[in-house]
Amino acid sequence: MTTLTQEAPVTSGTRPAKHAPIPLSRIMRVELIKMFDTRSGFWLMASIGIAAVLATAATIIFAPESELDYEAFATAIGFPIAIILPIIGLLSVTSEWSQRTGLTTFTLLPNRSLVINAKLLVAVGIGVVSMFLAMAIGAVGNIVGTAIAGVDTTWNVSAYELSLIVLANVLGMLIGSMLGVLIRNSAGAIVGYFVYNALLPTLFMTLGNLQEWFRDLWPWVDFAYAQGALFNGDPSGEDWAHLAVTTTIWLIIPLVVGLFLIRKSEVK
Amino acid sequence: MITVDSLTKRYRGFTAVDDVSFVARPGRVTGFLGPNGAGKSTTMRVMVGLTEATSGSATIQGQPFAELPNPGRQVGVLLDASAQHAGRTGREILAIAQRTMGLPKARVDEMLSLVSLTESESERRVRNYSLGMRQRLGIATALIGDPEVLILDEPANGLDPAGIRWMRDLLRGYANQGGTVLLSSHLLHEIEVIADDLVMIGNGRIVAEGTKAELLHAAGTTVRTTAAAELAQALRNAGIVVTQSNDGALRTDAPADQVGQIALNARIALTELRSSDNAGLEEMFLELTAETQREGAAA
Repeated sequence: MTTLTQEAPVTSGTRPAKHAPIPLSRIMRVELIKMFDTRSGFWLMASIGIAAVLATAATIIFAPESELDYEAFATAIGFPIAIILPIIGLLSVTSEWSQRTGLTTFTLLPNRSLVINAKLLVAVGIGVVSMFLAMAIGAVGNIVGTAIAGVDTTWNVSAYELSLIVLANVLGMLIGSMLGVLIRNSAGAIVGYFVYNALLPTLFMTLGNLQEWFRDLWPWVDFAYAQGALFNGDPSGEDWAHLAVTTTIWLIIPLVVGLFLIRKSEVK
Repeated sequence: MITVDSLTKRYRGFTAVDDVSFVARPGRVTGFLGPNGAGKSTTMRVMVGLTEATSGSATIQGQPFAELPNPGRQVGVLLDASAQHAGRTGREILAIAQRTMGLPKARVDEMLSLVSLTESESERRVRNYSLGMRQRLGIATALIGDPEVLILDEPANGLDPAGIRWMRDLLRGYANQGGTVLLSSHLLHEIEVIADDLVMIGNGRIVAEGTKAELLHAAGTTVRTTAAAELAQALRNAGIVVTQSNDGALRTDAPADQVGQIALNARIALTELRSSDNAGLEEMFLELTAETQREGAAA
């Protein structure tokens, strides 16, 4: 493994004095590759497809014939994916610290906000694409499943409803990424994610059931509750308002704080 | 060129880097020397924008690192060869750097052959790399953008003797082509062989700085005699600061001819008189950083 190469770095012609700044699109492509190119990253991505196929198969096997419609498939597939997507977003940020790749990433790209923005945009893209993939798998399941069962194929989820589900999952993915930005540690951020999705809703529910004064406030502070409206079909204007307020409190503000801290923090 | 100006980094109740200023010039290899925990790595991290300075500044080619449009094309950085995703192959890690900087794909293979990582080694995951292979990969990542400035933290760590020789030749050639090289080490002999300029740091402060020739010349005189106490007195009478080491030798900053003349005048027979030049950097390094050494005062 030794050489006697005396030449210094192979110089590719003359050096331009000025270098063009790195465009966001290039950073996004690199971040996308980084999500796929490790074994763990690859299997996490693959698990979306795998989960969708397994959920579809389970629906065909276990769902009663009368309930075998597209909604059944969409619900079954949506459940595991809603957990996997945020974890992908989260790890894409925290691995820079946990795996210490940030040392290279942030010396090649000192503008850390730009790197995080690229990661967020890629996360949104992955969220949308994987939801379409999941819906396609569900559609195949619906056709195959109803054919096996010998019942009529029912398409009882509208495009509008599907887009709401996509939106909900993109929000989930951004929550994951935000927790990664804020906590910057894989284990800690995953714990944070379960606090967000399991502990906080339970807490609000208990509070809402026990305390009269909280009942009116509840929908304005419970993020999970507000997101629930997206899964229930046709959200009202008030539902959208709840979603906007809770998104600001639980997603946008912590994200801004996290981005500020990341710019100041020491990368070791 | 790297310019560090009054750089200070304070952590809660602890000053890691204390008012450090120096310049690493193009065409020269600057050795950044100091015992463990002296502040070398912190200084280097501030240079490349990974750590924020409490006060003072560091610039590369006159610009703060964060303002370089495509830093990898101007500064090659290797701070910690182990700071890589263990699940990526060497080739993938180089490809990420190549894509980020917007370089042609062929650069990856050029760099692999430059640092002598074979095709099959490049397809292996970094988890299975030895430290020496990681250093080679780190050097490849630093060089891939064909930068004018290199900042390397302990690059010789983990390399075998042939690898150290290889790296020395590589950096020499790089500086000869007009590149600026700053490398840190606590391996004195390595630095002594390769560096043109030296910056010595202890407890966050610069303790000595200059060209290697200057620093070695300033190293003083070692003298032995059976009448050490008398000679020490005679030297002190002449206004020369003298210290006695455990083995009985006297050391002073005065040149050898002056010491010899004083001994003659005092009619003291010497058993040894030499200038400490060839004693090497190590002695000087230990002396200079004696009070900051973990092992306590040396010689």
